[in-house]
Amino acid sequence: MTRSELIARVIKKHPEMSAQDVTKAVNELFGVMADALASGNRIELRGFGVFSLRLRNASNGRNPINGDRVEIPAKYVCHFKTGTHLHQSLNAQPK
Amino acid sequence: MSKFPTLSRADLARTVQRRVGHARQTMSTLVDDVLQEIADELVSGGEVKISSFANFKVRQKAARVGRNPKTGEEVIIAPRRSISFSPSAKMRKRVAEILIRSEDQ
Repeated sequence: MTRSELIARVIKKHPEMSAQDVTKAVNELFGVMADALASGNRIELRGFGVFSLRLRNASNGRNPINGDRVEIPAKYVCHFKTGTHLHQSLNAQPK
Repeated sequence: MSKFPTLSRADLARTVQRRVGHARQTMSTLVDDVLQEIADELVSGGEVKISSFANFKVRQKAARVGRNPKTGEEVIIAPRRSISFSPSAKMRKRVAEILIRSEDQ
């Protein structure tokens, strides 16, 4: 499912809103989430999961082409931890 | 646990509502619907690709032997499905720049 397929599904659930407004709202939602993470916030969506940042320490790497030593600086990376409810849905025993 | 300020569903819904309009209740339902659609797609085994944000994919993990870190006892970790989250290149870059920005100050 891509962003546009997701938008199409949400449009069907919201007949009271114009397709244009739903599109704008869904895009704003991901925009707000991306901005939040990029400005160092954590996003906790109960039942779904938590988006947070984790610190990667600086390390030494190698250029795989010429074998040169390169320093990899410390940086933050995005992390997602699946929420309990979603984890259970994924692992429910098929009936 | 975390030094990062935390946003909730309600915070997201409020910000989107301020930018797009409509009733607060409508926006809060819409945010829930988006998350529900993503969850449903993953539960049915599909992949979710949100351009310039991230991709979500379901992975089947095999059973393996783990150890209770407290007692040292060996336990079998059951096979399970988990989500692999991979942020887009743009997202990775933005997040990696946080530290560079704070060092500049």
